[in-house]
Amino acid sequence: MTEKNKTVGMSLVVQTVTRWLKGFIFLYGVYIVLYGHLSPGGGFPGGVIIASTFVLLTLSFGKERSLGKLGKLLASELDSLGALLFLLVAATGIVWGGTFFSNFIERIAPSRHFHLFSAGVIPLCNIAIGMKVGASLFMIFIILAVIRVKEINGRRKLITTEKRRTKK
Amino acid sequence: MIEILVGSFLVFMIIGALIALETSDLLSSVISVGAVGAAMSICFLLVGAPDIAITQMVVEILSLVILIRATIRRDLTTIDGDREFFGLMATLAMIFVFLVLGFYVFPELPRFGTPSMLQSSQSPAQHYLRNGLKETGAANIVTAVILDYRGYDTLGEATVLFTSILGALAILRVYSRKKKSHDGKK
Amino acid sequence: MIYALCFILFLIGLYGVTCKKNIVKIILGMVIMEYAVNLFLILSGWRKGGQPPIIDSQTNMETFVSRAVDPLPQALVLTSIVIGLGILSLMVAIAIRLYERYGTFDITEMRRLKG
Repeated sequence: MTEKNKTVGMSLVVQTVTRWLKGFIFLYGVYIVLYGHLSPGGGFPGGVIIASTFVLLTLSFGKERSLGKLGKLLASELDSLGALLFLLVAATGIVWGGTFFSNFIERIAPSRHFHLFSAGVIPLCNIAIGMKVGASLFMIFIILAVIRVKEINGRRKLITTEKRRTKK
Repeated sequence: MIEILVGSFLVFMIIGALIALETSDLLSSVISVGAVGAAMSICFLLVGAPDIAITQMVVEILSLVILIRATIRRDLTTIDGDREFFGLMATLAMIFVFLVLGFYVFPELPRFGTPSMLQSSQSPAQHYLRNGLKETGAANIVTAVILDYRGYDTLGEATVLFTSILGALAILRVYSRKKKSHDGKK
Repeated sequence: MIYALCFILFLIGLYGVTCKKNIVKIILGMVIMEYAVNLFLILSGWRKGGQPPIIDSQTNMETFVSRAVDPLPQALVLTSIVIGLGILSLMVAIAIRLYERYGTFDITEMRRLKG
């Protein structure tokens, strides 16, 4: 394995620990999103934890590794998809429940309490918000990681340090 | 007992905030704000808000990373001191006036330990606690409030978050032009 | 009193926003102000001997209603904390652009508008 951690990323100890732990951190974030209606948590902290998986990956290995796992286009698509899904669930409440944002699944088919698939429309909203917050914070961090202020011809300019694929 | 613990954490937070604003090294001040946020997360746990404690902890970690990314690796000459003397004295006098006027308000607030939902038995918070599980099916009453009873506010919050992230990405956009002259010298 | 200490924390943040020259100190002042407001809202909902507002299968509903803390301030502060993160990222983006334009974080040097 080539030693590539000379200029980007951190030391070998941090990289090894990150390689082991990133799956568990992502799983923990998904757990907090899904069980939001039964234990403390919900969409917002779960989405932030999912974003911090990618932040850890970026800090340890450099931005190419985390951009390879979740590209910028896919992240912005997920962000918009989360927001649209939330709006869709709210608008369906008008059609079937009578009011905006009504919990129509719970009105139509009341569920058993304290189970994972209970509480009607609330887990769907949690998943939508978790996707949205996670993708947004991932994009913000990637932009801050590729931006640099550089002196060019005596003036400062903001440049991006990505390798651009040249279109021929 | 809880009052004494929360009070001592608040004193720690005040000292941390003063250190964060007065020290001249930017990395130390960012880390002090991180310490203030961690003490706040422990206060939230003591007061019976585990949802908020989780959210505060992870949000504060990410905001530390964002702040450090902005402030380190920029070659700064040390900027110390405050603004000019007369403006500084006038602002401090106004802040002192706010402090004195604020102390007249605190006897009007309910005592620490008796929240305002106990003023009447028909308050919305009592209704949510009593009927939350039956009407929404969610065992976490805070999630039931933000996604079922007050879902419209959550929609507004998702919009504000979306717009602020969009604004930050639009500010940091770098327009790459096709280089017609001076190809890739640097 | 506890609320007075929260107010003093808020005023320290206000001092940081109005009296400091470095832009990063101004951003930290705003963060401290936001922390103080969130803390005040949560502390106003505490009940003596209170428990978190989460039900599990063994709770008795009567003792739950008489012992749980107020869930409404927690619901409002949850969204406020995440909005604070969005605001912080916007402020940091503006600070980076200002550094690119003027070369310093000192706001007394940024008076000239023509750059």
